[in-house]
Amino acid sequence: MALQSLNSIRRGFEPWNDPAARPYIHFDRVTKKFGDFAAVNDLSLTIFEREFFALLGASGCGKSTLLRMLAGFEEPTSGRILLDGQDLRGVPPYRRPVNMMFQSYALFPHMTVEKNIAFGLKQDGMPAADIAARVAEMLRLVKLEEFAKRKPHQLSGGQRQRVALARSVAKRPKVLLLDEPLGALDKKLREETQFELMDLQQDLGLTFLVVTHDQEEAMTMADRIAILDKGEVMQVATPPEIYEAPGSRFVADFVGSVNLFQGQVTRRDAGRAEIAGPGLVIHTANPGDAEQGKTVHYAIRPEKIRLSSFPPENARANAAQGEIYDIAYLGDVTIYNVKLDSGQIVKSTVINSQRSADDPLTWGDRAWIAFQPDSGVVLTR
Amino acid sequence: MNTGGWSRFNIASVTLGFAFLYLPILLLVIYSFNASRLVTVWGGFSTQWYAALLQNQGLLDAAWVTLQVALVSATVATVLGTLAALALTRYTRFRGRILFSGMVFAPLVMPEVITGLSLLLLFVAIGLDRGMLTVTLAHITFAMCFVAVVVQSRLLTFDRSLEEAAMDLGATPVKTFFAITLPVIAPAIISGWMLAFTLSLDDLVIASFTSGPGATTLPMKIYSQVRLGVTPEINAICTILIAIVATGVIIASLVNKRREVQRLRDEQAAGRA
Ligand SMILES: Nc1ncnc2c1ncn2[C@@H]1O[C@H](COP(=O)(O)OP(=O)(O)OP(=O)(O)O)[C@@H](O)[C@H]1O
Ligand SMILES: [Mg+2]
Repeated sequence: MALQSLNSIRRGFEPWNDPAARPYIHFDRVTKKFGDFAAVNDLSLTIFEREFFALLGASGCGKSTLLRMLAGFEEPTSGRILLDGQDLRGVPPYRRPVNMMFQSYALFPHMTVEKNIAFGLKQDGMPAADIAARVAEMLRLVKLEEFAKRKPHQLSGGQRQRVALARSVAKRPKVLLLDEPLGALDKKLREETQFELMDLQQDLGLTFLVVTHDQEEAMTMADRIAILDKGEVMQVATPPEIYEAPGSRFVADFVGSVNLFQGQVTRRDAGRAEIAGPGLVIHTANPGDAEQGKTVHYAIRPEKIRLSSFPPENARANAAQGEIYDIAYLGDVTIYNVKLDSGQIVKSTVINSQRSADDPLTWGDRAWIAFQPDSGVVLTR
Repeated sequence: MNTGGWSRFNIASVTLGFAFLYLPILLLVIYSFNASRLVTVWGGFSTQWYAALLQNQGLLDAAWVTLQVALVSATVATVLGTLAALALTRYTRFRGRILFSGMVFAPLVMPEVITGLSLLLLFVAIGLDRGMLTVTLAHITFAMCFVAVVVQSRLLTFDRSLEEAAMDLGATPVKTFFAITLPVIAPAIISGWMLAFTLSLDDLVIASFTSGPGATTLPMKIYSQVRLGVTPEINAICTILIAIVATGVIIASLVNKRREVQRLRDEQAAGRA
């Protein structure tokens, strides 16, 4: 399937589809144990130069640990981490061409904003005039020119976050690691900053590795996303692929919301399959690796399920009848929970394109759900 | 506004408490300005005993010894105590850590007589002549653990990611320590130094055990004179000592207060974020 992120389409950038492209960062069967507990478990991952790569996963799944190993604060228990072909084992943090923006910002409390940003440049022995110029440029970039002489405790959370960003970018590292960079921001500022980060990455031509547990954020910014669970990679793909063609029930369920129907494969032709579940026959054009006779799951997103009070033209397949069980009005969309006659509850999202529908479905109404053969995917895992 | 806390009972108990603590000191200060030679009879205001102090070579010598001992021992104790605190908070997995931390903090609860006596035995055993050097060494030993406690409690709340950030930006561990760690924990180190200085200044027991001829400290001198009877001169020198110690305590608490205010502001700012 050729699903690409908007970001990579815009840039015409997809080295992961190019067999000749050389991986820039390579986690090679990395395991990190704390005592007996494996925070990262036999994980392999390749990231390309200038890529905007996101690590997405629930709290405690090992995202920060992965970044910390790349930055050099933790050594892998086993496995290798390669950066531009060089094995990083034993290289101390201060010799790695990698900079990190910390989850807690970690601004130096006794230094002004200016000094904080200049700190890394000073370590490189850059001439004072160049440092001043670079600091000024960074301050402009994060729009904090007036705050140069303030100490971190005199700044708001959002301003501190910008200082942390400026400080980590100031050295123009080959790779920038961002651990929950926008965690402390409100929704609006967060969305603004997401685009700023994307521009920044583009302008400076850096490789970004961003940790987040906000899927919208990952979807918006990243060229590719890795979904992690309990220290293992579940899937690596572009945002639309992750959403439209999840590789497993875990990923389908983790990203966005999903309806899962269980059933048995009753027919399997090239490019098509028929699945029979309780009270519902599914015809699909995305059979995946379904095999005749196997029990599989069919995953379909709520916005791809149509809802109506009368039966669709062909009610034999991809349609079922039920009763409106619950309604959640969210402004732009309304989510209906329909209890099918089989007992399963199905979510359907309806866009509120008109201010009020003529014939609104309401609690207890009988209703039909229906969907297209290419709307969902078959999952065998 | 909550004024309920100030019932009559509370006022009475606070007043009594303070009176109990400070009345003797106040009396001493007042009598240091007494014109009469008789300590218990008020003979009018005079500063003659302060002038007399300057003529009392014995007291002046003792004061000079004490000051030197206090300065040197406080400084060395601060360095050693800070290192001990760092070792205890940073290298949490070295062998015998529990034993080491126990040993660092034991002198806090050890009776001074025992500390003094054991140090005396040590100095005799290794054939070190008792004098200023031995008093200083003794003071370093016992002040060090107070410094370690103060600095350690600061280090426990120190955000290690500051150091990681510095190293991430290219600073070596040594550079990181001097550019980041030390400035951030400096207030605690200063408090520790003040504490060590005052402890050394007013120590009598340990000094009595470990000092020798020619190295009489001020507390020892005062104590030996008092046994011959309290003189207004003693009151005067004590008043000066009180002034020095009080200044030290006030500065230390101001430093702490500033740090407190700073932390509060940080938290408020973080809360707003
Ligand atoms: N120094 C450590 N010692 C022991 N366990 C640790 C240590 N650091 C992390 N862990 C454990 O490893 C697991 C992964 O931690 P990590 O910080 O990588 O999670 P995360 O994915 O970044 O989570 P979050 O989204 O909450 O930041 C957690 O279960 C955590 O308890
Ligand atoms: Mg984390």
